[in-house]
Amino acid sequence: MQLYLPIADIPVNVFLILAMGMAVGFVSGMFGIGGGFLLTPLLIFIGISPAVAVASVSTHIAASSLSGALSYWRKRSIDLTLALVLLGGSIVGTILGVLLFTYLRTLGQLDLVIALSYVVLLGGVGTAMFYEGLRAIARARRGGNPTLRRPGSHSWVHGLPLKMRFKRSKIYLSVIPVNVIGLLIGFIGAIMGVGGSFILIPALIYVLRVPTSTVIGTSMALTLVTMVIATVLHAVTNHLVDAVLALILMIGGVTGAQFGARAGLRIRGEHLRLLLGLLILAVGVRFAVEIAIRPDDLYTVRDAGGAG
Amino acid sequence: MMPHLRYAVAGLTLSLCGLFGADDACAERLIVSVSNHRVTVTPNYSGEELVLFGSVERDDTAAAFRGNYDLVVTVSGPRTDMVTRRKERRFGIWINADSRQFLNVPSYLAISSNRPLDLVASPDVRRRQQLGLDNVLLTQRIGTDYADVVASDPFRSAFVRLRTEHGLYREATSAVTFLTPTLFRTGIPLPAEVPIGTYDVDIKLFANGALATQTQTAFEVVKVGFEQFIANTARHHGLAYGLATAMMALMTGWIASVVFRRD
Repeated sequence: MQLYLPIADIPVNVFLILAMGMAVGFVSGMFGIGGGFLLTPLLIFIGISPAVAVASVSTHIAASSLSGALSYWRKRSIDLTLALVLLGGSIVGTILGVLLFTYLRTLGQLDLVIALSYVVLLGGVGTAMFYEGLRAIARARRGGNPTLRRPGSHSWVHGLPLKMRFKRSKIYLSVIPVNVIGLLIGFIGAIMGVGGSFILIPALIYVLRVPTSTVIGTSMALTLVTMVIATVLHAVTNHLVDAVLALILMIGGVTGAQFGARAGLRIRGEHLRLLLGLLILAVGVRFAVEIAIRPDDLYTVRDAGGAG
Repeated sequence: MMPHLRYAVAGLTLSLCGLFGADDACAERLIVSVSNHRVTVTPNYSGEELVLFGSVERDDTAAAFRGNYDLVVTVSGPRTDMVTRRKERRFGIWINADSRQFLNVPSYLAISSNRPLDLVASPDVRRRQQLGLDNVLLTQRIGTDYADVVASDPFRSAFVRLRTEHGLYREATSAVTFLTPTLFRTGIPLPAEVPIGTYDVDIKLFANGALATQTQTAFEVVKVGFEQFIANTARHHGLAYGLATAMMALMTGWIASVVFRRD
């Protein structure tokens, strides 16, 4: 069934978009991530312009992270104080990100920056996660204890001033690194059309030593707010949010996420991390190949901003 | 700038017409009609083909002309500014390096004729009448200069080629069919990615390689109903649209968490 998208200005197959939403929703439910890093490239691949894809995926992530955040809220595993401090930095980051997005669009380098960010971030995070997953599996084979949280090993991050107590996570640390991490996530999210949880979760665990019990719920709460802000900002500055596209995606996404979450429960944690690492790495490599090999067509034509 | 230029062209062709015709009036007159003057883009729109019908009316002074007429139909969509960019290899990756801005160019352009354009008229006439994709005026801005360039210019040919690949530019030299020596028809295929706006249709009749007469008509492509509402709201009420979209996302997320609640 073909449907004409009012903002993207192209007709798409509703079932294809719905299936894409479901598939990405499945993955995101399984790993507890937003899935934007998969969905944005998929949309670009079927011919939706990168700018519209990034803007509309923000809306989709807002929906899927709300349904996720609500269930974590019921399990009391969201650290609201931590989420609010992260949010302070994240709002500034999101605004900066949307401004840079608009500027790069006028320069004609938006596609390149999106591709490069995917290569660097996904390549880096994917490799780290894959390696970490392998080590965890090796450790489990040897029968050793997985030591995810090492409360004694404080880094320089924990020596910074302006400390405050985050009760639910049972940690006591400076607001500076928390704000900086929030800022980076907001910035990256607005430019790449991703929630950024695949960077946020490792950052919270390894840099801030937030316990795993609150990390995913808190990350989802933050993602929810940043993506709502990103949606509104993209709508105001670039007029590129396609509500119809976003609606189809989110209906598929929230459905897929339920099945994904059930499947995720049956897989062991270190295997899950290994799989997620591989998946992230694969998307990063895909983008690297795209900008490294000679494109089929050296020329591209675009509307010169403003019109259309 | 463009409207003045077009009046100049129209004035020129009228005088040509006067020269060609025996006395005060033209010998031929064109009567045309498009099958649909208002194409609506609805949710299930995925391209459409319009049909242009017409006939050549001749008065007595034209009776002397025994040959066949040639007809060139140029459909040009709403004008817009475009950028064509060329990628180059820098630091091991392919990035957009050089670019040209095309000013006020048709977003859709279809040129149809009944036989190859080089048989219809001489190169000089083709250039003056802007017949064919090689001769149509595509103004570029190069630094501070405004000019059209030769058809072989790499940016111009890449621009035309890419637009053609998307079904937005087209040159079909056998698309006009003469059903009788004076009755003709041609199709105007509109792609799925059709630009919204007013389309001008220029119909030029040639006899013995010279312009005999010409006429214009137009049609419009509009979004209606829901599509128009969404597009308009997004453009003119960005904040309200953004808030509404965000609300929709929150509603969907909330409904999902209620429907699929397991605890």
